[in-house]
Amino acid sequence: MNFIMPHLPVLQVAIPLIAAPICVLFTFGGHRKVAWLFTLAVSWVCFLIAGALLSRVLLDTDISYAIGNWPPPFGIEYRVDPINAFVLLIISGISAIALPFARLSVEKEIETDRHILFYTSYLLCLTGLLGVTITGDAFNIFVFLEISSLSTYVLIATGVRQDRRALTAAYNYLILGTIGATFFVIGIGLLYMVTGTLNIADLAERLQPLSDNRVVHAGFAFIVIGMGLKLALFPMHVWLPNAYTYAPSLVTVFLAATSTKVSVYVLLRFLFTVFGPSYDFVNLTFEFVLLPLAIVAMFAGSITAIFQTNAKRLFAYSSVAQLGYMMLGVALSNIPGLMATILHIFNHALMKGALFMALGCVMYRLGTVSLGSMKGLGRSMPWTMGALILGGLSLIGVPGTVGFISKWHLILGTLEAGFWPIAILIVASSLLAVIYIWKIVEVAYLEKEINQEKTLKEAPISMLAPLWVLVILNFYFGIDADLTTWVARNVAETFLGGES
Amino acid sequence: MRHHLVLRVVSKMLIPFILLFGLYVQFHGDFGPGGGFQAGVIFAAAFILYALVFGDDQARKVVPDKALILLVPLGLLIYALTGFAGILLGGKFLDYDVLSSDPTHGQHLGILVIELGVGITVTAVMISIFRAYAGRTKAIDKEDW
Repeated sequence: MNFIMPHLPVLQVAIPLIAAPICVLFTFGGHRKVAWLFTLAVSWVCFLIAGALLSRVLLDTDISYAIGNWPPPFGIEYRVDPINAFVLLIISGISAIALPFARLSVEKEIETDRHILFYTSYLLCLTGLLGVTITGDAFNIFVFLEISSLSTYVLIATGVRQDRRALTAAYNYLILGTIGATFFVIGIGLLYMVTGTLNIADLAERLQPLSDNRVVHAGFAFIVIGMGLKLALFPMHVWLPNAYTYAPSLVTVFLAATSTKVSVYVLLRFLFTVFGPSYDFVNLTFEFVLLPLAIVAMFAGSITAIFQTNAKRLFAYSSVAQLGYMMLGVALSNIPGLMATILHIFNHALMKGALFMALGCVMYRLGTVSLGSMKGLGRSMPWTMGALILGGLSLIGVPGTVGFISKWHLILGTLEAGFWPIAILIVASSLLAVIYIWKIVEVAYLEKEINQEKTLKEAPISMLAPLWVLVILNFYFGIDADLTTWVARNVAETFLGGES
Repeated sequence: MRHHLVLRVVSKMLIPFILLFGLYVQFHGDFGPGGGFQAGVIFAAAFILYALVFGDDQARKVVPDKALILLVPLGLLIYALTGFAGILLGGKFLDYDVLSSDPTHGQHLGILVIELGVGITVTAVMISIFRAYAGRTKAIDKEDW
């Protein structure tokens, strides 16, 4: 064990990376079930590593790992601190919970001859997301971002068996995602031009005297726009609803819970570690760009969600609104606000994971998730619909759920910043969430079943169990939020520490 | 393409040299310009030229699809296993110093091996991309063109 411990940061990424080519080899003989088991095992190993890393950075100090033994800032450095260890835990945790659910769902939704390559792409996506999070090198972020994005486009396109529109959704995301990544790398290039370094810690240091430099301003703008596209900040969210709607259920669960969160993390890293609120142009961005856009996103997302007839698309638009909450916390740039963002990264992963997983169960039995076909489903699939409603309560932010914890801190943040009208807007937009959740309650419980002659069975236990694990976590961390708030406070204080 | 005599003869003569040049770029990459990526593309170009002149079916006999499915992950495996070898020999991930008793020689060895991995994967991926497009015409019968 002592031999492995110092290498944990790199194993976190290298294990899923090497697992991907191994997984391809299962095509010889067509071991589909083995490929799934293998992916499941790798996910759990990643989860354990992430847990070990988080406990080490919380109790001890930050970890730095030099790839190839080239010392930073010259070589690539993997740097683990509480914030990215927390995000690593979210990514690998969601993956570990989602994969037991995956087998039947994938069996049903994806063509048989594509299963093994599907799991390979999934492993690459996991590698990319973990890599973006753990690395301390700005260019390395871009490389891993591309790994995760390219595999995501493939994963979304595999939804083609259910609906051919998955292809256009994937293509759309490919174009916009590439523009986002290009903007990001242009920004990195500009910063490299003036500082001559790619290491994030070194970059932060060398940018200090350059706050009036036009090239730095341009680089900052490119990075914010590029990441804004990747995290679907309103009005750059247009790729998201289709991508989530037509992707296979497992992919939607995994992407909704992790991929946009990773982009939020990268943005936080650049806004607070590399630049920081002490720069005038960063503060102006908070006040005049992120704050208004976040508020518009909260309302535009929720209002559009109300008018959707497809449940997956409904929750996709709700994700746009939720990302608005996260950005609002960033824009407030005070301790409770940032805490709300970090908490919501975790909490939103739990609730959207549960919601999309419940829809995956509906998809498994019904083959569709349009609201019209879900009439009376509360009677034939009580466990699935019950989980959907409980997840919905968490999304609204009912006390006792995780949604309440993040919104509570967000409101504290607005009050501390003196923006009390925004606190009212947060409550108002939560009421919009009540409307679209109620739509589902109405369809599922208050309407008559449409096809009474065909008896629908409850989803299989291997899909229900992971779903209910997530639902229970929604309530567990809603009641006992000590751990998450402790981590969030720790992180928020580090981010804002350099300010005063 | 049966009637394109000049094309067939010339490409038959050129293909061995393209392959040889690919190998040169691959293994001379650590002394001069080149490396696995460029070499892989050149190497794949030979196979793509062959497929263009002699037809996709003929090319599939030379490199079957199954071989490609094996080669694409094989290159990546070589690369990643070199990384793990660094850990097992007591260094860091992708640490080439420990691969040999002499660190300079270790660096040389390490870069040679990972570039070989890159070369294999790039060759196989290039041919696969070509096939993904070339193979699609099969859906349409020759008479329907």
